[in-house]
Amino acid sequence: MEKKTKLIPKGKLVSYGVNLLLLAVVYAAFFALMGAGVINRYTAGIITMMFINIILTVSLNLVSGFLGQLVLGHAGFMSVGAYTAALFTLHSGLPITVAFPVAIVLAGVMAAAFSVIIGVPALRLRGDYLAIITLGFGEIIRVIILALDFTGGAKGLRGIPTILPSGSDATVLTQVKFSYVFWLAAVTVMIIWAFVRSRHGRAVIAIREDEIAAEASGVHTTYYKLLAFIMAAFFAGVAGALYAHHIGVLDPGNFDFNYSVEILLMAVLGGLGSITGSIIAAVVLTILPEALRDFADYRMLIYALILIVVMLFKPSGLMGQREFSLSRLVKRLTAGKGKAKPGKGA
Amino acid sequence: MNLISQIFNGLGQGSIYALVALGYSMVYGITQLINFAHGDIIMVGAYTTYVMLILAGAPLWAAVIVSIVFCALVGIVIDQVAYQRLLDKGAPRISLLITAIGVSMFLQNLYQTIFKSDAKSISNVLPSFPIAVGGLSISSVMLITIVVSLVLMGLLQLLVKHTRIGKAMRATSEDAAAAKLMGISPRATIAFTFGIGSALAAVGAVLYCGAYPQITPYMGSMLGLKAFVAAVLGGIGSIPGAMLGGILIGVAESLTTAAGLSQFTDAVVFGILILILLLKPAGLLGKNVKEKV
Amino acid sequence: MKKRILAALMAVVMASAFAGCSGGTENSGGAASGDTIRIGGLAPLTGDASSYGVAVNNGTLLAVEEINANGGIDGKQIEYIYYDEQGDATEAVNAYNRLVQDDQVVAIIGDVTTTPTLAVAQASQQDNIPIISASATAAEVTLTGPNVFRACFTDPFQGQLMASYAWEKLGAQTAAVLYDMADDYSSGIAEAFIAKAEELGLQVVAEESYQGGAADFRSQLTNIKGQNPDVLFLPVYYEDLRLISAQAKEVGVEAQLCGADGWDSVLTDNFDSSVLEGGVFCSQYSTESTDERVQNFISTYKETYDMDPNMFAVLAYDATYMMAQAISDAGSTDSQAIIDAMAALEYDGLTGTMTFDADRNPQKSAVIVAIEGNAYKYVENYDPEQ
Repeated sequence: MEKKTKLIPKGKLVSYGVNLLLLAVVYAAFFALMGAGVINRYTAGIITMMFINIILTVSLNLVSGFLGQLVLGHAGFMSVGAYTAALFTLHSGLPITVAFPVAIVLAGVMAAAFSVIIGVPALRLRGDYLAIITLGFGEIIRVIILALDFTGGAKGLRGIPTILPSGSDATVLTQVKFSYVFWLAAVTVMIIWAFVRSRHGRAVIAIREDEIAAEASGVHTTYYKLLAFIMAAFFAGVAGALYAHHIGVLDPGNFDFNYSVEILLMAVLGGLGSITGSIIAAVVLTILPEALRDFADYRMLIYALILIVVMLFKPSGLMGQREFSLSRLVKRLTAGKGKAKPGKGA
Repeated sequence: MNLISQIFNGLGQGSIYALVALGYSMVYGITQLINFAHGDIIMVGAYTTYVMLILAGAPLWAAVIVSIVFCALVGIVIDQVAYQRLLDKGAPRISLLITAIGVSMFLQNLYQTIFKSDAKSISNVLPSFPIAVGGLSISSVMLITIVVSLVLMGLLQLLVKHTRIGKAMRATSEDAAAAKLMGISPRATIAFTFGIGSALAAVGAVLYCGAYPQITPYMGSMLGLKAFVAAVLGGIGSIPGAMLGGILIGVAESLTTAAGLSQFTDAVVFGILILILLLKPAGLLGKNVKEKV
Repeated sequence: MKKRILAALMAVVMASAFAGCSGGTENSGGAASGDTIRIGGLAPLTGDASSYGVAVNNGTLLAVEEINANGGIDGKQIEYIYYDEQGDATEAVNAYNRLVQDDQVVAIIGDVTTTPTLAVAQASQQDNIPIISASATAAEVTLTGPNVFRACFTDPFQGQLMASYAWEKLGAQTAAVLYDMADDYSSGIAEAFIAKAEELGLQVVAEESYQGGAADFRSQLTNIKGQNPDVLFLPVYYEDLRLISAQAKEVGVEAQLCGADGWDSVLTDNFDSSVLEGGVFCSQYSTESTDERVQNFISTYKETYDMDPNMFAVLAYDATYMMAQAISDAGSTDSQAIIDAMAALEYDGLTGTMTFDADRNPQKSAVIVAIEGNAYKYVENYDPEQ
């Protein structure tokens, strides 16, 4: 662990700088590869979904992993965000390059608003009941979307504009889309990471560990539960907005309980309480179906088995509640005292 | 007249919910676990009935017995393999819930892989003819459903209140540690509870097939959820509560549809759940048990 | 903060492993010799819609084999490369990208269900690649762009057709409709039926709906019975139809039952069809057609796949032939040339003689089929534009 000396601020600054630099390098690398056509639309599509899944998984992890409340309606918030964004870009009359960023923010806000309506009554309940209620709300959202006219009802929404005006160069479109998803995913992770590492985050974790004790220690449990819930919903909404403009059509039936379970699966496998774990799981589980097309018939069956096995034998998932730490890895590598092989903190 | 026949519709559907709700209720009462996979046991029962009746050409009584036995076994196996380990370890509720979701997914997809996802017809499981009651025409299937459910519920009540194993179930449900000290094996009791719950679900499946002669691998999912709502509504852990809850949910659905709001039936059911959890979490017939610090 | 490095690194590793390999599991039918014409296929071969997807794919495979056996398209063999989109729009777009970028197909047969087809159609606007869907019936599919065609009727077409048929041929004065409001297909057809009925003077006395997945329709049917309509229109898929018709009989609905092409396949699976006796629906073809080609197709399909073909398979067969003909007419594999040729196409297939209208929907007459004695009986060809 880093020594607590006056040098910390500068040290942290350095580490932040290094991280940002690395992010920028990775971003630039992808950007260039796309420009050169090495990464074609097919691969880019998968990468886009990967980052969208990262946003979804990390946000779910905040409320189900760090807060410890199982939420089964995450897809519902995603759909609220998706529909909000799509309706905005379809009807706002603004040029798409302006409308899209606005739509993303609106999507997050709308999803957050719904989460307040749902969270205030729901978060009063105990774990298992909360889970069922969030499931119920997810279904209610779906029914409402189906029943309303302006959401397109059963038809859903179609012709959602691509994020650059039509006729734009395809490669540029790919690059712009990638930029959006990459940086939004980075921002999501940064915000949630910072939150979790702050005293707010500690309050949230305290609630997970023992709610009654936390309350007794002066932690305002209702406030923090709601806060975590709202943040998770916000980012789910953002992910929804990105999804809508990536695929171009929205089918209300898409965002059902099964989708929520798929996101939950990623969070569980990565480790409820580990942001790194969520990222890894999201990446792997986005790529796996593509790589295992042959087994598509058995995919869900295998996922179910994996979920059960993980819960039985390694319920903490891949990373448990630990995060990957580059400095720790470096330290272990350079310790050289015959220590055990450094893993990824797993 | 229309209203009354709509209510009867609701009673029939509600009885099936009630049978399934019983399973949820009992298991939750004893383990504090919402067995997500319970709804899918109905699906297992339905497919077993299908295999016996249609593929094997067996008579109804044989199909029902095989179905009940098979489902009870499946229920016990699921308990022993998936849940017991976590219960023994004292794992957090969230883990149990996630495991239950996994089991549910597993069952659904297993049956989808075996039987494919298209609906299978399973006609004429139960004798179907109209019975005139008052000025109404009621389906025999509906009547059979209601009667069978009531009988089973009565038998279950007898089991729980007047037999040793029933006592063991009640004891484990109240205080598992104390029960163990009294010589009751929580493990065996829990397994037995799962077995009974699943057996009831199997009967529910047969009745369901009688009323709705079509099965898919996903049929159990919504049905199970609504039965869970029924259990909560009536009071988790209470047998008459499960019956009451089931009927109320069934009738509520019917009336919603009758009012022309059929797209909102699901929403109404979940709405009822939300209301009851906020207003009277113990359910209509349940007891209020404060959480001790 | 450090975990982001890992994340980014993982992403790089994964993605570059990706960019390198575009291989994976491609499936193909037909010869792959030097001079080939590559045609792509998209269908849900797994998942909920798999029965439709498999039928479409089988129909296409059969057509490709036949065409290749008869010398291919102007001497060039077809290489048919298809992917399973698993019933998911995201997968469909991924697979589409793969077909166009990695496999370099010149045309695509697909998709099968509405949402993925729309997603693919939208994605295809960038490439202007000719696409024909065998079975996507939502009106908007072909409206997405001038490169998208279809081989089947549209939902509005069927709704209007059945309204006309009920009025003209069944002599109905009053009608009721029961449809699935959670399903695009069902609600689309219902809407068109009601609109046309109004136009004709056919009085719609009851409009009831249910949400997909529901099993109990007695409440709606009781309401309908109360209005005593001449005709009950059920634009639903066969699974729901079985339950609805049984309950309609139970409740005592006496109206003439009629429906749209979703009724296809209702007579499989030991279904007791006595409750549907006399019901009529519009279909894309009839199994009793005296056309030799239809009978040949049915027997060849049965031999090859050990199951009876359904409407989806037949449509896919026609769609494939239509695309092949368009490519042949165009004389090249240039996208625009094929599109132009397709738009001008006149084709005589298993599902009738057809040309495309301005919206790239096929103009052809529908087949009216009745359910009698547990079999599909051909009634007549009906064309409302008399």
